[in-house]
Formats: sequence, C-alpha cells, structure tokens
Amino acid sequence: MSGRDLLGLVVAGAAGLAVLILTPIYFELDTVLNLTVYMIMAVLALSLALVWGFGGILCFGQSAFFGLGAYTYAIAIINMGESTAPLLLSILVPALFAAALGYFIFYGRISDVYLGVITLTVTLILFNSINSTAGPEFHIGAARLGGFNGIPGIPPLNWPLQKDKPVDLQGMFYLSTASLIVVYFGLRALLASRFGHIIVGIRENERRAELLGYDPRAYKLATFVIGAALAGYAGCLFANWGAFVSPTIFGLAQSAQIIIWVIVGGRGALIGPILGCIGIQWLTAALGANAPTGAGGFAAVLGNAPLVLGAILIAFVLLVPKGLAPTLADLTGQRMRAR
Amino acid sequence: MDLAALLGVQVLYAIASLALISLGLAIIFGMMKVINLAHGEFLMLGGYAAIEANRFGLNIWIAILVVAPIVVGAIGVVVERTIIRWLYGRIIDTMLATWGLSLFLVGLTTAIFGNTTVGLSAPLGSFEIGRYRMSAYTLFVIAVAVAALAGVLAALRYTRAGLIARGTMQNGAMAAALGVNPGRVYAVTFGVGAAITGLAGAVLAPVSGVFPSIGGAYVAKSFITVIGGGAAIVTGTTSASILFGAINQLATYATTPVFGEVALLGAAVVLIRVLPQGITGRFFRRSL
Repeated sequence: MSGRDLLGLVVAGAAGLAVLILTPIYFELDTVLNLTVYMIMAVLALSLALVWGFGGILCFGQSAFFGLGAYTYAIAIINMGESTAPLLLSILVPALFAAALGYFIFYGRISDVYLGVITLTVTLILFNSINSTAGPEFHIGAARLGGFNGIPGIPPLNWPLQKDKPVDLQGMFYLSTASLIVVYFGLRALLASRFGHIIVGIRENERRAELLGYDPRAYKLATFVIGAALAGYAGCLFANWGAFVSPTIFGLAQSAQIIIWVIVGGRGALIGPILGCIGIQWLTAALGANAPTGAGGFAAVLGNAPLVLGAILIAFVLLVPKGLAPTLADLTGQRMRAR
Repeated sequence: MDLAALLGVQVLYAIASLALISLGLAIIFGMMKVINLAHGEFLMLGGYAAIEANRFGLNIWIAILVVAPIVVGAIGVVVERTIIRWLYGRIIDTMLATWGLSLFLVGLTTAIFGNTTVGLSAPLGSFEIGRYRMSAYTLFVIAVAVAALAGVLAALRYTRAGLIARGTMQNGAMAAALGVNPGRVYAVTFGVGAAITGLAGAVLAPVSGVFPSIGGAYVAKSFITVIGGGAAIVTGTTSASILFGAINQLATYATTPVFGEVALLGAAVVLIRVLPQGITGRFFRRSL
C-alpha cells in the first residue's frame, strides 16, 4: 500500500469518527435524523459500489435487496418482538435471494445487458406483488403486508438480546454512522485481499481470469451475494429509521437513485459513491424544500426530483462518465505531474 | 362455449397489446442494439399526445393514428441526435442515459400535466359474444397490432428504405462507402421506432388512461418480450408476444391480474435462462 493510500485511509477514518462524535453534540435532533438516513443510504451506495464498481456487475435492482431487507426486518420483528434474530434475517434473506437469482444469472452466463434487464424485472415483480397485498388476507404471522399502504409502526431495534432496551434516535445515528465506517473499512480490506484482487481481475478481463484458473461465475456470485447482504442490512436500518416500509422502496425511482449516486460519485473508488449519495440526497431534499406543493413555474421544475435527477444522470453519462471523484483525482494528478 | 370465445378474444387482445408495446422497442434494440429504457415514457408521451390533440378538438382517430406517432417520432429523432448518437457501441452507457431520460420525462410531464390520470373515452361501443358483452375497441387494438407488424415486415423486406436500414445496421462503414449517410439512417430508424411506440401508447390510452409514471407498468413487459423474442424484429416480437400474452391472460383468468403479470415475468426469466438468444436465436433463424 502506497503512502498516499494510507493517508487517504487515515483521513477517511478521522472524518468518519469526527462525524460520529461531533454531530449529536453540535446539531439539533432533526439534523441528526436527516444525517442518519444519509448514512444508511451511503451503506446502500457502498453495496452497489462493490457489485458494480469492483465486480463489474451492473445490478439495476439493488433496491430489491434493500426492500427485501426492510420487509424481512419488519415482518420478523412484528412476529418475534426481539430484534436480534430479525436483524440477522434481514441480512440473510436478501443474501439467499441473491444467491438463487445470481446462480441463475451467472451460471447461465447471461450477458451484462440482460443482467441489467433481469435485475430490473425482478425489482418490478417484487414491487407489483407486494403492492397488491393490501387485503387483510395477506399476512405472515402477525404482520399484515399492507400492500401499497406499507407496514407502519415497526418496533425499533433493541440492544442484542435485551428486549427492554430499545435503541433511541441518537443511538440510531451512532449505529448508522458506525455501520458506514465499518462497512467502508471492511470493503477496503476485502478489496485489498486476494478475493478483491480476483474480482477486479475478472472485471478487467473475464476470459483471462478464467484461463488462469479462476471460476468467474463463483466469484461474481459471491460478490453479488455480499452486495445483497449489505443492501439488506441498509434496508433493516432504514425500516428502523422511519418505523415504516412501503413498496416504493422497491420502485424504479429508488433503483435509479442508487445508480445515480454511484455514477455521480464515481466507480472504482469507495469514497466516491458515499459522497455522491450524500450530495444527491442533500440536493433532492433542498430542491424539495424550495418548492411548496402547488408551486408553479420555475420552482415546480426545480422542486421536481425526478426531472433534476434524470438530467443529472444524462449529463454525467455524456460528460463525466467516470464520475466526480476519479475525474477530480485525474485532474489534480495531471496538475501535480505538470509542475 | 361463450366463455371460451370470450377468453379467446381476451388472450388475442393480451397478445396484440404486448406486440404493440414491444414493436417499437424491438426495432430500436434489434436494429441499432440500443437499449432504450425511456421506452415506457415514449408510450406515455404517445398517450398524452393523443389526449391533448383530442382535447383541442381533433377527431379521435386522427389524434390516435396520426398525431401521436408524428409527435413521438419527432421526439425520438431529437433524442437520437442529442443523446443516443454519442453513445453508440457503449451499450451500458446508453441504458443509463436513457434511464436518465426516462426520469426526466416523468418529471417533465408531472410538472406540465400534474400527477393525475387522464383518459380518453373508448370509441366504438361494444358487441356481444353470447351472454357476454365486450368493447369493440378490443378488436380495433388487435387490428392495429396486426397492421403494425405487417407494415414493419413489409417495409423492411420490400422497400428501398428498409434495405438501406438493414444494410447500415449490418455494416455501417460499408453502407457509408456506398453513399449512405449512416447518421441519418440511425436517426430515422430511431424515429420510426419511437413513432410506432407513440402509436402504441395512443392506441392503449383509452383502455388504460395515462399518467406520468405509467411507463413503469409497460417497460418491463416490453423488454422481456423483445429479449424473449431474440434478434428477428417481427418474428421475434410476434412469437414472444404469443407465448407471454397467452401465459399472462390465462394466469390472470385463473388468479388476479397482478399474478398474471408475475407469471409473465417469471416465464420470461425461465425462457431467457433456457434460450439466452431468445426464441428466434433457436427457431425461425432466418426470419426478419
């Protein structure tokens, strides 16, 4: 590892710890709440950064695993009442689902393009099926699925195995931020490991990796499953944050958003998607706040999140295809060499 | 007996509407290898074009059959010239850019028309099958689908423009050497695909109504039809529509519309696993 990489790691760690410790001291509770959801979504962004940026697997349905994690947690905790097992299930169920789906995709050697379409289709299947379960006859144990109304009033996480000690709002912030830091460094370690080198090698040249004796199908499947597990965990945190899940978290808009975070931030580095995620979320929140409902004209256009997000996505694909972080790194690198 | 006839017409209708919404996409994907994720929004725009034209007093048939294809075709040409043409050969980037376009168009139409469903009352009244009544518009949709498929097949096979288009798609440099302007062919092909999509959106508007995010309901179905069909545009679309349309409608009849769609999508995933090149990758290989 070069000195510059090490410096980057130290800076990232210090910045993460500073956010973790200082935010609740200096900011009001509503800011802390907003930041919590940014942290949760950043974990989700990291899951796609791994699968797409490093595994080279363009998954259009990362929100399927996110939603599955959220629903699993909601259904499990309503039935069990204690959060340790639901938390683990919310990671396990999306991982198993991804393993089944991924087996189908990777062992069928389906091309990149069809992979995108299939993952998108699966997301739509989940959205449509959950959406149509509004009636009281759709329930799993004590949990009613609620269809398009969603599941309200999800009980919060508690300390492991201590049912009467729930995690409060500030605790959720600490948990989410700590999760982001742990996931970031965990992924850095994973990518520095033998496994990480192999998946990047497969991304660069699948045929060559195969001829060298690695089975790309197994490695891609493993990457896909790890990504799904992380997305599921983010979903569990999200269900906790709002105490509510609805089918929109499976929706196309949500899937697109995750892709946009990664595109804007940049693939090939983990810090990019985190910054992209936080930046875009901040932007959508700011635009939404500026446009009161019923506003006309210019405010209505700017306050219209899909319109702005769509324009951003088109602009980045056409003009900044590598994303912000790598492009900025290239520019500063060039300038330093030029000196 | 009456019930069987009714179900038969419904299955035909499901097949026809599937073929109709997929044909434009099949042209754009099959000929240009461009995955247009804004396809659903082109359908939506076709619906709005017809409804708005009708609201301004235009005859409903002209609004559906003439105005909608022209408007959406023109939008298609603009999109090709501004976005798609920079991305040929970068298939993943095309998907991402058109997804951006899809969000953009949803946002734009929401800002203009509002997030409500608008409709167009279906003309033609109804007819009877024994004890059941059915909208005659259903038959019109089936007729339009057949006409569109036949028209595209004839244009590709028997006209000079179709020959030039096919030649350019096969080998752009060769066609350019023979005096064809490939950029123009791409733009026109994309425009034709968009125009047929606009027509489909307008034809279906009286059945389903139109709202800004209606594209999401169509896009997955049309994609899997095109992918399930494989490389041949007309034969592929037709065969995949027959398979998926029948599965969808029969499953809908047996359970609910939602599980009909789930059955359709599930069947598609299995089909792609078994025949990764689509139906025409294995059967009818020399067809168009």
